[in-house]
Amino acid sequence: MKILATPRMERCIGCHSCSLACARLVHKRLSWDTAGIRIRTSGGLSTGFEARNCLACNPAPCALACPTGAYSQRKGGGVLVRKKLCIRCGECAKACPVDAIYLDPAGEPFVCIHCSRCVQYCPHDCLEMKELKEESGTDEAEEELRS
Amino acid sequence: MIRDYFRVLTINLTTGQGNIVEVGGRNEAAGGSGLAALLFGKFGNVDKPWNEAAQPLIFTIGPLTGYFPLMSKTVCAFKSPCHNQYAESHAGGRSALALRFADLDALVITGKAEKPACISVGSRHLEIKEVHYLWGMDVFATGKYLRNMFRGSGHRSILRIGPAGEKGSPMACINADTYRHFGRLGGGAVMGAKNLKGIVIQGDASFFLPANKEYPKIFEEVHNQLTDTNMMSKYHNLGTPVNVMLLNDLKALPVRNLQQTADPHIGGISGEKFAEVALLRNNACSGCPVGCIHIGFVRERFHEENRYLYRQVAYDHEPIFATGSMLGVFDCFAVLGIMDVVERMGLDVMSAGIALAWATEAFEKGLISEEETIVPLKFGDAERYKHAMHYLAMGTNEFYRTLGRGTMVAAERYNGTDFACVLGQEMAGYATGEVFFASQALGFRHSHLDSAGYSFDQKPGEKNAGKAVDFLVKDEQGRVFLTSMVACLFARSVYNDELLGRCLSSVGYTELAEKMSDVSRFIQKLRWKTRIATGFDPRSVSIPKRFTEVVNWKGPIDAGYLKALREEYAKRILEMGADDKGKSEENL
Repeated sequence: MKILATPRMERCIGCHSCSLACARLVHKRLSWDTAGIRIRTSGGLSTGFEARNCLACNPAPCALACPTGAYSQRKGGGVLVRKKLCIRCGECAKACPVDAIYLDPAGEPFVCIHCSRCVQYCPHDCLEMKELKEESGTDEAEEELRS
Repeated sequence: MIRDYFRVLTINLTTGQGNIVEVGGRNEAAGGSGLAALLFGKFGNVDKPWNEAAQPLIFTIGPLTGYFPLMSKTVCAFKSPCHNQYAESHAGGRSALALRFADLDALVITGKAEKPACISVGSRHLEIKEVHYLWGMDVFATGKYLRNMFRGSGHRSILRIGPAGEKGSPMACINADTYRHFGRLGGGAVMGAKNLKGIVIQGDASFFLPANKEYPKIFEEVHNQLTDTNMMSKYHNLGTPVNVMLLNDLKALPVRNLQQTADPHIGGISGEKFAEVALLRNNACSGCPVGCIHIGFVRERFHEENRYLYRQVAYDHEPIFATGSMLGVFDCFAVLGIMDVVERMGLDVMSAGIALAWATEAFEKGLISEEETIVPLKFGDAERYKHAMHYLAMGTNEFYRTLGRGTMVAAERYNGTDFACVLGQEMAGYATGEVFFASQALGFRHSHLDSAGYSFDQKPGEKNAGKAVDFLVKDEQGRVFLTSMVACLFARSVYNDELLGRCLSSVGYTELAEKMSDVSRFIQKLRWKTRIATGFDPRSVSIPKRFTEVVNWKGPIDAGYLKALREEYAKRILEMGADDKGKSEENL
């Protein structure tokens, strides 16, 4: 089970190609907002860019908060989305600890479904799909230093 | 948003009122350059001065903005304080996508605020906020305050002016999102004249795409051409500064006020040098995966006890030429230091650099003294230039106020016109030959991007003024269509007519796709008509003697050929500006 990871955001140039791709391919929209990944600066353009996207919580607070099952727990992390069940209450966005869910003016939520469509559009390889680990105890940074 | 009309927000700063106006003409004027000229015709006054409150400051985007990669720029149009004629300036940053997602095809600002003001606009809000406390602040401080004062960070564009614009200098630019500019022809002064310190555009709407399979396919095709192939590597790699060394090798790089066209120390300010020691990171305009913005830095010890600060400074070929080779400064950090002052003050780096280059030569020749320049200007002395840039922006004394009105204005006053490097406006960084000099002197924006004059010079061939001008006019027509879409001209090799047609059709602009050639000709003529109506006479353009003294890789400039080009181009411009029924000069 893979999830979208953003390990190289120091390379980000703020082109929004990832957001535009998600909006275009997943949601059939022209937008830099109605997308599972959204890019903003850390505090003005001189400070570099950050990505806001679903971190595949397990358990996912947004799924727990959803009253209709429109967002339900995806095995391993993140959510399965059933748009037809969504009543636009906005509780999912409120529950998300990392502001990963965008609510459009009509209250429709947009979250990353870890489908990988955005990854190829990043010109600097800031994004990747990463395998979800079974145990939570692995120290990835230490593993990288060792290898 | 696909519309067969233009959705225009007009804002009157005198009354504080906004208005949504639906303007027809989508299939004639397309957007961008075409729309800007259309809107000037509607809202501007050809006779009244540039700083009359009623005159409009216009921002336009085009039918493809945001829909495709590198459809990422905005056209700004106004009556220019440089020549009191209709002018355009182009910039990216976040401005184009912010306007697209604010659901506007154009923003037209008229009137004058009673006190310094900032406009905040989005798809569902409009506010004019009084900001007298920001007046006098530099471009970066202003940006930081505006970020916090208005809600919704991230997907918005912040346009602002610095002290130069506040003081009405025709060399004042409009900063767009820190690292880009509506640089030339004095847009900053137009904002200043309206007491408009900033414009914050929130791009907070979203749109459904047309339900066809072509659009995402074509998007991917264009995206791949722009990122996988070598077509954009010039911009993606060293960026425009790759030109510094290339031009120096051709002996076509203006050095020390165009006294020379190459220098043995050029290695200190080449694109390669900047990348090696000064390039911190790259940035992009929103909607562009090429990311040609190159950001360097200055480091300053502000206290004896090793107390340091740093500032990031974006660089490109034109700034390097204007504050480097043109001023005889060949150290990249010294150049970045000068650029940093220019940026903070909100000056157009090209005009400011050329102005000081002229002033240095005038100083050397004894036409002016320290009484005028305050600091003794000297080619290569970057520290003095940093002070001079400050004086130029602030209009510290009468000399700098005169110089700030234009290098030629000062040159006429102090008898130095022969060596004022002005081709309609202060020159761009190419001394490639007669065709470029004529093309900038007579070009619509007096820009090296009006047409490919500087590459035509580099092609072998006989000197034929008719053929050269044919090329310039045809090239301009193609570019005018691109700047009506609005494409970044760096993508001109990818967005050929065939691809543009497919792009337009795929999002629903089928009529535009079918009559591209008619539309581009219409827009080309409309722009010239508008400029001529505001007072431009191409026959009155002169080219200073310095340009005829240039010697490059081809040899010395042929003054006779330059004159022939100038006359032929002037004739063709008058034809383009005339009514189609064949009347020409009588109409002017």
